[in-house]
Amino acid sequence: MCMDIAKIDNIIDKHNAEQSSLIQILLDIQSEHNWLPKQALDRVGERLDVPMSRIQHITTFYKAFSQVPKGRHQIHVCMGTACHVRGAQRVLDTISDAIGIKAGETDAELKFSLETVNCLGCCALGPVMVIDGEYHGNVAPAQSAEVLKNYE
Amino acid sequence: MPRINSPAELEEFRRAILSKRDDKRPCITLCSGSACHATGSEKVADAIMAELESHGLKDQVDVRRTGCHGFCEQGPILVVYPEGISYLKVKPEDVCEIVSHTFKEKKLVERLLYVDPNTGDKSSHEHDIPFYKNQQRLILGLNTKIDPKSLEDYLAVGGYQAMAKALLQMTPEQVIGEVKQAKLRGRGGAGFPSGTKWEFARNAPGDQKYVVVNCDEGDPGAYMDRALMEGNPFTVLEGLLIGAYAIGASEGYIYVRQEYPLAVDNLTVAIREAEEHGFLGKNILGSGFDFTVKVHRGAGAFICGEETSLLQSLEGKPGEPKPRPPFPAVRGLWGKPTNINNVETWANIPVIINKGAEYFSSIGTESSKGTKVFSLVGKVNNTGLVEVPMGMPLRDIIFKIGGGVPNGKKFKAVQTGGPSGGCIPEEYLDVKVDFDELMKMGAMMGSGGMIVMDEDTCLVDIARYFLEFLSDESCGKCVPCREGIRQMLKVMTAITQGKGKEGDIELLENMAMATQGAALCALGKTAPNPVLSTLKYFRHEYEAHIKEKRCPALSCKELIAFHIEPAKCKGCGSCLRKCPANAIEGGKKTIHVIDQEKCTKCGTCIEACPAAFQAISKLSGVPVPEPPAPSARALA
Ligand SMILES: Cc1cc2nc3c(=O)[nH]c(=O)nc-3n(C[C@H](O)[C@H](O)[C@H](O)COP(=O)(O)O)c2cc1C
Ligand code: SF4
Ligand code: SF4
Ligand code: FES
Ligand code: FES
Repeated sequence: MCMDIAKIDNIIDKHNAEQSSLIQILLDIQSEHNWLPKQALDRVGERLDVPMSRIQHITTFYKAFSQVPKGRHQIHVCMGTACHVRGAQRVLDTISDAIGIKAGETDAELKFSLETVNCLGCCALGPVMVIDGEYHGNVAPAQSAEVLKNYE
Repeated sequence: MPRINSPAELEEFRRAILSKRDDKRPCITLCSGSACHATGSEKVADAIMAELESHGLKDQVDVRRTGCHGFCEQGPILVVYPEGISYLKVKPEDVCEIVSHTFKEKKLVERLLYVDPNTGDKSSHEHDIPFYKNQQRLILGLNTKIDPKSLEDYLAVGGYQAMAKALLQMTPEQVIGEVKQAKLRGRGGAGFPSGTKWEFARNAPGDQKYVVVNCDEGDPGAYMDRALMEGNPFTVLEGLLIGAYAIGASEGYIYVRQEYPLAVDNLTVAIREAEEHGFLGKNILGSGFDFTVKVHRGAGAFICGEETSLLQSLEGKPGEPKPRPPFPAVRGLWGKPTNINNVETWANIPVIINKGAEYFSSIGTESSKGTKVFSLVGKVNNTGLVEVPMGMPLRDIIFKIGGGVPNGKKFKAVQTGGPSGGCIPEEYLDVKVDFDELMKMGAMMGSGGMIVMDEDTCLVDIARYFLEFLSDESCGKCVPCREGIRQMLKVMTAITQGKGKEGDIELLENMAMATQGAALCALGKTAPNPVLSTLKYFRHEYEAHIKEKRCPALSCKELIAFHIEPAKCKGCGSCLRKCPANAIEGGKKTIHVIDQEKCTKCGTCIEACPAAFQAISKLSGVPVPEPPAPSARALA
């Protein structure tokens, strides 16, 4: 993948290249690219004058960051308590079986990334899963696997 | 937009807004909170616009998109004013009828009204629906009246009145005195008296002080902070401004978890509008008070809700907690005195200043004043956000407001306080919910998550679930928490898998005590609570798992099996068609059989088997009966 350094610089400039904005800058890059390419991290380190070890500590500490590319389709299954008591684990297991990856993984073809989240704020609809930002509520295990067949 | 320089100008501005408004003018209010958004409120909004246009009503009817109303189970929710008619589960195709019937002919669309499942009675107004009727919505109530992106809406309902009063008519000491007298306790979990906390920060030496809003809300299954921040960012901001004035802070931070983009958006608009009108910045309302505020997005870590971690994270570092003292009130952000409160705590401030400490402290119990917003979720009929006076019995919350447990199942327990909380069994349902009563039960108020569980929920699994969550979320800095939780989780997992041993319960109790005593921060100290409270009230379930290798709730995957009763199977094939694992054998007019080797125990077949047959059951602690021989499977 080819990186657009100008875009990264833009993001850094928006935060005045302040060291204290490191997390905010990484979040912006992550939402732009869906992951944090090495080149981008290097650039951030250089412009903010923070050591790579600190950047690495941050990117591994916080769950929002990924240092590997994500799939074309992002599946989020809610594992919050409300969804858990309504059978979220069975939904996750069934999806995991259907696409052959575990939570936190991306398949080899970069088609799907499967993630778990803790509460999406619509517990009334639990169990909830979100595919590419589209919410599916009250999902039954078999139905969840069925829905995934619609994605290319 | 004009800058407003004095309370008189504010009132003039408000009058101008109100004079343009007419209470009798038709208005459609549509909930666009997270749950309603997920159930399609966007499409309903489009349909409303199109329909009004086609009837030529566009200039005669106002449309207002609001934040969460609370009754998320029934969304999308649409309310028609001035009558206040409440329509539930509205679909785009219903809009045509709403416009033609309700607006043109002043008639109700019966099928969109709330129907009480127990009595069959219909309710046409929000205040008649039992879910709302028994609440007292001091904080959440405004959500239904304002568009979170419209400062005018907020001013129309009296917004920024409390700020004007505090800044111009009260000294900082008087504001703190009022909050102390109101006996407000922090809504973020531990219930520390807010006025006292403010006083510490005010009295701490230092010119530069900070105030912080904690909207990290890492508690799984709780979303009230989100609903407030998305639906009414103004009130939180107003509370923060008042607090900053009282404490003597000139800068504030609002820490919002990155998973709440709508909250960040709405907040950003609210801040911009406040800046443009002079509610933020220099010399606010001509009072001489200066204050600026920044939004900081969290990056997804439960521990960042803990105040010392949150401050680390605000400084751009990994969110690892620090020992206290020194408390943030003395040495917080960048080493300066800092006061940090939860979203709901801040939202209570304008109410206290507007209505006075006496009014506020007349609500609630002796030790806990005001209302509390709960996220009432799980196995309960009316799921959503409920706001009730402190001291309401659990039974009333779950049965009167929540409508009880669905599908005729039996109530088993309610879990309060999230990962730091505990489970309360049926015999204590009459306990009055406040900070101290819950604590006595071995549970906690926490942020206000209330998860209802029925007979199908395994309490051992729930305790395991919270340990798993906390094991993932422990920052790992101190050994008792990191290792203690991990080891407890190992034992709990073994128990739920049928690999529990004699002595495991005592082992768990020992580890729980050690972790409680030795961990650095409250995450570790409270992590054993779910284990201890379930052991206290549901010890027999642990014993069944360990001694009989049986899950009484028929829930733990490794301990259950699915079985088709040959005598009940009608050979319809519904289960076979739905089974995602191809684990069911059968054919037309033959008894179906589950291949136990292939079965992943997803439970789909039970739901697929027609209710009239109910041929599939779950077994635990007993061997699965041999299926009939293939030659004996044909049905007549
Ligand atoms: C592990 C952990 C997580 C916490 N998460 C939150 C949170 O998400 N939101 C919150 O307001 N308080 C949270 N708290 C409590 C805060 O540390 C702090 O007590 C609270 O923000 C103070 O506000 P209050 O006085 O208004 O309650 C958490 C505490 C711990 C130990
Ligand atoms: S108790 Fe747990 S979360 Fe708290 S500091 Fe120790 S390791 Fe970190
Ligand atoms: S539980 Fe799931 S996998 Fe097992 S037989 Fe039923 S549908 Fe198939
Ligand atoms: S627990 Fe899943 S949406 Fe809240
Ligand atoms: S989101 Fe609409 S009622 Fe909660």
